[in-house]
Amino acid sequence: MAKTLVQEFTKGLWNELPPFRLVLGLCPTLGVTTTMENGLGMGVATTFVLICGNILVSLLRNIIPPKVRIACFIIVIASFVIIVELLMQAYTYPLFLQLGVFIPLIVVNCILLGRAEAFAYKNPVVPSIADGMGIGIGFTLSLGALGALRETFGKGTLTVWGDMSYNFMDVFPSFEPFAFLVKAPGAFVCLGLMLCLLNIMGKK
Amino acid sequence: MGYFELIISCIFVNNILLAQFLGNCPFLGTSKKMETAVGMAMAVVFVLVLAGTITWLVYAYILVPFNLVYLRTIAFIVVIASLVQFVEMFLKKSIPALYAGLGIFLPLITTNCAVLGVCVLNIDKEFNFMQALVASFMYAVGFGLALVLFAGARERILLARVPKPFQDTSIGLVTAGLFSLAFFAFQGMV
Repeated sequence: MAKTLVQEFTKGLWNELPPFRLVLGLCPTLGVTTTMENGLGMGVATTFVLICGNILVSLLRNIIPPKVRIACFIIVIASFVIIVELLMQAYTYPLFLQLGVFIPLIVVNCILLGRAEAFAYKNPVVPSIADGMGIGIGFTLSLGALGALRETFGKGTLTVWGDMSYNFMDVFPSFEPFAFLVKAPGAFVCLGLMLCLLNIMGKK
Repeated sequence: MGYFELIISCIFVNNILLAQFLGNCPFLGTSKKMETAVGMAMAVVFVLVLAGTITWLVYAYILVPFNLVYLRTIAFIVVIASLVQFVEMFLKKSIPALYAGLGIFLPLITTNCAVLGVCVLNIDKEFNFMQALVASFMYAVGFGLALVLFAGARERILLARVPKPFQDTSIGLVTAGLFSLAFFAFQGMV
């Protein structure tokens, strides 16, 4: 069963779309998606760690002994998380403050460990990169979508990287934002509803 | 901040599961049966108290003096992973009854973000040693409380007729939202 690279890449975008299809990595999904910008930022950071981690695990797959593989994966992932942490602190400081505790927590995001274990440890480098990119981009888009939904209806605005902002209330002056959606309970309800929507679409 | 405020804040106001969104994978994964929920809650209380205090000591007495603060993430995860392994071996040898009870939940705790999250929060909020100890314990109690309450509700949902697309995780998340709303009422208390 030789899957093509394209298949490895696209499965992350639909069939195994991370927070929805595989119910993994929920904490950042719920925690940071109060705005679209935060969601996308978190997604990009996770994607970076995912791709780099997949590459390194795949390169080392013949060296890492099976018994201690989980510990090795965690160390590899943790090193890249530190790199991301330092890079974000240096170049995107406001975003770093917004995401806060969730950046070190990329280490324990089940998606990363799951991909290292299920894919990168068994496959050569190039498919591992495709797999990491697919899952990472799927994760980023999901977080972005959830963030966009919550921000649009919860705050009435949509902001992407500062300048391109869009105010919902200009178009519909009578629109009253549902503050509920940007608060903690809204995150759970919103994700639950999106999951339900995907279930309906997936049935066809 | 006094200890009373700290306790209320950690259990209710900043509940680790429902207000801070940490540890949600086991929250949804182990809450289908009351038995597993109680097992997970006990394992988390046990490990979190140990991990919270040990990582605090590692940070204050190893990382800070040697100027290695930037290695915090990797140091903490290594401490937690080896701690979980050690606790597992220790329990297996000396308290087999407890080991049988916690069973498969112990290894899962390594990747429970509530544990690493609390360790990082303890440092970020600049707690002293006693505060870190109390906060770790109380966060764990909050985790257990929310998990057990939620498992109770979820056992009932199993008996209800849920619309097809909502089944399983989806209805679970919406229910969690309602729980979160209940805990949200504590906001502003401290």
